[in-house]
Amino acid sequence: MKKSLTPIVMGMGLLGLNSPLMAEEPIKLGVLEDQSGDFAVATIGKVRAIQLAAEEINEAGGIAGRPLELVIYDTQSDNTRYQEFMRRVLQRDQVDAVFAGFSSASREAYRPIVSQFDGFAFYNNQYEGGVCDANMVVTGAVPEQQFSTLLPWMMENYGGRVYTIAADYNFGQISAEWVREIVEEQGGEMVGEEFIPLGVSQFSQTIQNIQRAQPDFIVTLLVGTAQSSYYEQAMSANLRTPMASSVNVGQGYEHLRFTPPSLANMYVTTNYIEEVDTPESREFVERFRAMFPDEPYINQEAANSYIALHLYKEMVERADGETDRETLREIIAEGDVCFDGPSGRVCLDPRSQHMSHTIYLARVEEDHSISFPHVWEDVEPYWLGDNGCDLTQDNPATQYTPSNPPPGD
Amino acid sequence: MAFLSDLFAFLYQAGDAFAFLVLAACGLAIVFGMMGVINLAHGEFILCGAYVCATTARMGLPLPLAVLSGALVAGLVGMILERLVIRHLYHRPLDTIVATWGISMIATQGTLIVLGSTLPGTGTPLGSFSMGGYSFSLYRLVLIGMALATLLGLYLLFTRTRFGVLARATIQVPHMAQALGINTGFVYSLTFGLGAALAGLAGGLYAPTMTLVPTMGSAFLVEAFVTVVVGGADIFLGTAPAAAILGVIKAALTSWYGQLAGQIGLLLTAIVMIRVMPRGLSGWLLRERS
Repeated sequence: MKKSLTPIVMGMGLLGLNSPLMAEEPIKLGVLEDQSGDFAVATIGKVRAIQLAAEEINEAGGIAGRPLELVIYDTQSDNTRYQEFMRRVLQRDQVDAVFAGFSSASREAYRPIVSQFDGFAFYNNQYEGGVCDANMVVTGAVPEQQFSTLLPWMMENYGGRVYTIAADYNFGQISAEWVREIVEEQGGEMVGEEFIPLGVSQFSQTIQNIQRAQPDFIVTLLVGTAQSSYYEQAMSANLRTPMASSVNVGQGYEHLRFTPPSLANMYVTTNYIEEVDTPESREFVERFRAMFPDEPYINQEAANSYIALHLYKEMVERADGETDRETLREIIAEGDVCFDGPSGRVCLDPRSQHMSHTIYLARVEEDHSISFPHVWEDVEPYWLGDNGCDLTQDNPATQYTPSNPPPGD
Repeated sequence: MAFLSDLFAFLYQAGDAFAFLVLAACGLAIVFGMMGVINLAHGEFILCGAYVCATTARMGLPLPLAVLSGALVAGLVGMILERLVIRHLYHRPLDTIVATWGISMIATQGTLIVLGSTLPGTGTPLGSFSMGGYSFSLYRLVLIGMALATLLGLYLLFTRTRFGVLARATIQVPHMAQALGINTGFVYSLTFGLGAALAGLAGGLYAPTMTLVPTMGSAFLVEAFVTVVVGGADIFLGTAPAAAILGVIKAALTSWYGQLAGQIGLLLTAIVMIRVMPRGLSGWLLRERS
């Protein structure tokens, strides 16, 4: 059905015609996010952000005259659900694009299916970086945006002895590799590294290991609600070492969920959280709360999901309502797909299809209020592109890591 | 001195793991070990206890009473479920897996829908103390004490009270007990309620240290089953020594090779133990004794 229509729509686009019948053909968007399970705390807001953006766009007349229709599934923090629902939205529901995924494990679970059906998926999460795949657009922040800013700042202010505790799956392992690399490059020393299986909730042994190693600061890359039990346990054992993170606060709003001062002295680099005090941010928070008054916290991933849909609108509008992936890639390749959103101006990098960000250094105070000691403007997602990933030329559909970089040219 | 503080640190960790295993498992030991009901909803009774405890504590009830109220509510819910569902499945132990799994999913999703994805916690009370280069949470010592107190309480309950005699009689030879005029239905109901209440107690005690989410029960379930399977049917000859052995193994492996090694160690121990002693520690001990 969709395939047979595509040439007709394209032809009319070329002729500059705007048939009212075609104009009403909705753009279908799949939304696969964890509305239950271990990650639900951080991800329900992502679904709501997409709903907010879709309603705003529909009220303003849709994208190039076409209304948006959302197909939403609850993936239950379960990787097999991601595979099942990704097949379903691409094959049965015939969506034009998918917004999907919280954990890196879930992204890697569904990515081959997106390639197989040649779909177009937006991953709106900060992650460990390295995905060079033409079927993916990544709007979340990556290590060169979060760690290359955070770690040198921490080492300058607190010292070079670093202890990493990370969730034991691809996100934690690869992020810890980035931390190790940057710390050693800056002349620091890793005094410990510990990987915690997802679902572990008892940390007193880990806390003791950290006390034995006496680091200057801890990098916490804990994921999911079970692992966030760490903070209160560390506090009750009086472990007051400063913490640095790429995931906390910006995703799971731990500073609001836990009793102060369990998160005091934590530093997080994030491209958005609701405390960001700009007119654009305040207006976004207001509109979000008007539609979803009971949303506990508007996190980084909610903002990125909202931005993702607006970037998609920008692309499809330039393509006169055409949603074919090849056409949209040509538009990304022009290099100026940008959006002025709640987190400031962001642009898509054509080589990696990742997004530039303003990075805020958020500091959690004793009473768990947030201050921003530093802001880095327009940090490019340069690592993939500088190392030979160029999606305008070819499509390796691979994830690269510091120890397994792109082959280069 | 460094040696002493390291030794204390190790004992503290082993005690901490022991307390977690005992508290997570003793409710299951009664329901699964004694009654033979494979209760996959055990984690949800823990969830119930934790949520009730946190809610009443935030409403101003002192923490010990809040923990107690969590245990009581979980016990009541357990008795209701026993009456509605479990009672009909005593002769079909495999079906209890499906039924309690269903209850577990309904409880988890129901909690998510009604109460949302997370509940605000209460903060860990009592602060910390230092020893050598380490500092420790005082509340963890309370947990160790509570685990021992629970074991002692259960021992007294099952050996010194009329309920204990009736419960053991009913569970060992139900029709004989019934012939002697015991209301076995009510005893079953009370016993299942006791198991649920102990799960609720575990939830209430751990609520101040954990993130309260609808899926929190699953953090307890695997370790509870491992402890009960290794321990066998008897709480005092099985669960308690199993928790002590597993606690030491877990603390040692976690301290040397990290959390993953600790978890693998638990599961490997369980596999080896089931192979060597198919009826668990208590089955082996009882056979040795006779």
